[in-house]
Amino acid sequence: MLQMLTRRRLLKATRQTLKLLVIVSTTFFGLLLITFLIGRVVPIDPVLAVVGDKASPEVYEKARLAMGLHLPLWQQFLIYINNVLHGDLGVSVLTAKPVTEDIRRVFPATIELAVTATCIGVLVGIPLGVFSAVKRDSFLDHVTRVIGLLGYSLPIFWLGLMALMVFYAQLDWLPGPGRVDVFYEDIVEPVTGIMIVDCIIAREWEIMRNAIWHVILPASLLGYYSMAYLSRMTRSFMIEQLRQEYILTARVKGVTEWKVIWVHALGNCAIPLITVVALSFGGLLEGSVLTETVFAWPGLGLYLTNSLLNADMNAVLGATIVVGSIFLGVNLLSDFLYKVADPRAR
Amino acid sequence: MTRKQKIQGARAWLLTDTPDSAFQAAAGRFYLGLLEFFHNRLAVVGLLIILALITTAIFAPQIAPFDPVATDLANRLQPLSAHHWFGTDEMGRDIFSRIVWGSRLTLYVIILVAVIAAPVGILVGTVSGYFGGSIDTVLMRITDIFLAFPKLILALAFVAALGPGIENAIIAISITSWPPYARIARAETLTIRNSDFIRAIRLQGAGPLRIITKHIMPLCLSSLIVRVTLDMAGIILTAAGLGFLGLGAQPPSPEWGAMTSAGRSFILDQWWLITMPGTAIFVVSLAFNLLGDGLREVLDPKSDS
Repeated sequence: MLQMLTRRRLLKATRQTLKLLVIVSTTFFGLLLITFLIGRVVPIDPVLAVVGDKASPEVYEKARLAMGLHLPLWQQFLIYINNVLHGDLGVSVLTAKPVTEDIRRVFPATIELAVTATCIGVLVGIPLGVFSAVKRDSFLDHVTRVIGLLGYSLPIFWLGLMALMVFYAQLDWLPGPGRVDVFYEDIVEPVTGIMIVDCIIAREWEIMRNAIWHVILPASLLGYYSMAYLSRMTRSFMIEQLRQEYILTARVKGVTEWKVIWVHALGNCAIPLITVVALSFGGLLEGSVLTETVFAWPGLGLYLTNSLLNADMNAVLGATIVVGSIFLGVNLLSDFLYKVADPRAR
Repeated sequence: MTRKQKIQGARAWLLTDTPDSAFQAAAGRFYLGLLEFFHNRLAVVGLLIILALITTAIFAPQIAPFDPVATDLANRLQPLSAHHWFGTDEMGRDIFSRIVWGSRLTLYVIILVAVIAAPVGILVGTVSGYFGGSIDTVLMRITDIFLAFPKLILALAFVAALGPGIENAIIAISITSWPPYARIARAETLTIRNSDFIRAIRLQGAGPLRIITKHIMPLCLSSLIVRVTLDMAGIILTAAGLGFLGLGAQPPSPEWGAMTSAGRSFILDQWWLITMPGTAIFVVSLAFNLLGDGLREVLDPKSDS
């Protein structure tokens, strides 16, 4: 019986997700339209960027035809969509490599940061939110509020610089910017692209220790923002749940307080929390742009800003598409989980 | 009548259960809201900081002791002193004066973004909610597309297309800021649309334009004001972030984010170069968060805690 029910629910969730998929693909289409239009209004001549400004008019014209710039705009857009769907985001002017290849190279570094930060946010932020909801207006509750308020008000790049100034420049407890110390760079073969994992594969324990020291500061910085957001949301979800009558019933039945809070109440918060965690993950991608710039962390964010400052439009738009798609994908996933987990969500 | 009696009379007039006019009722509601707002000390602190920011921006030439862009290489990287309150930067410019002048840029950004993004959002949201159907679907799809990007990334892409500069940063931030307002305005409109008073107005012959602008928009305002105020902090942080990346205000203009960025090379020995402008950004965005929280409690009683 129960199995039947779950199966039916899963089927329904799948059907709804398919419907959602249609919405998502239109959104993706719009996303491409925006990046395409941005690429067209930009005052940089894409042909000149490829052939250089010393090229003869014939070479220039040839390149223009080869790039399809003589076609009507809508045809160019269709070609663009086709290219993007085949994973072709153009060639970066700065690195002279395909943008897709560049992004594949830098992306693991960002994932490393964002995943570590999400773990910090979930493991610290959610319990913090629960405790402050249970003991409202206690000292801990005020601490949570201050953490949340600071998280919404502190510029992330500034907090990162201040942390570098205190822990690196003044106290010298932690290493400075970068993923490893300069003399360890390019020693470990990038297999997964995640430094710590690569070190384990290569059995370079010394470098691994160094890499872990390096990740502490940027990951805690991003983790702090994730924590600030998650603790605040958890707190308000929990307060809402603890007011419900089933909590009273559970207490009357003699369920231990621990179980009432962590199993009954938090269990019912789990569903909205999925969405919130997904949202905060998207926020971290955004925060990583500034964090990576501050910490010279060679990830997607740093790649994006470097390309921006060098007017490398293919790279900028490629990175924008990638981040936008991840954001979309995470939202889709959270929506799916939401529908599987919550029978009320229709 | 003594002064005390006058005040008591005014209070009674404001708090009466049987107001004689719409004006009296509105004034009474406003008075109660004011009382509630001033009860929240943190919100008052936020309001005071913002008033201080506005005053500083208006009287910047009188307050700042030095020219914010005049370089004085003989006095570069001076620590804090009675002469240079916040020290000097790598070009010998007085940091305090630069922060004072920078308040104008901050205010400029938030006012323009609010003026551009909020009306667009409210228009899209009310039209979408009122008409429903395919108009709603199309407008909400467009809104979703803009919401699908992380805000800063989309702003970055737009700045890349428009070129760096504070005006372009403002346009980019506005383009990325309106979708949440549209969502809120639409949600409010949906709850209002089918109420009896709207039907009554329609029966009296009012067209959609009149209903939306005169009857629906005013009712969306309070929740929108709360949201815009709370968003101000985020707008300040985004603008400062763009400045920090070198894509917002260009040197030598005293934008706080760009100042922080310029101070990066000096974090080993000259701490004041990044500390001072960063603190300014933090204090102002904190003030907007505090004010926004206070306003939410007054204007939006539905949301709790």
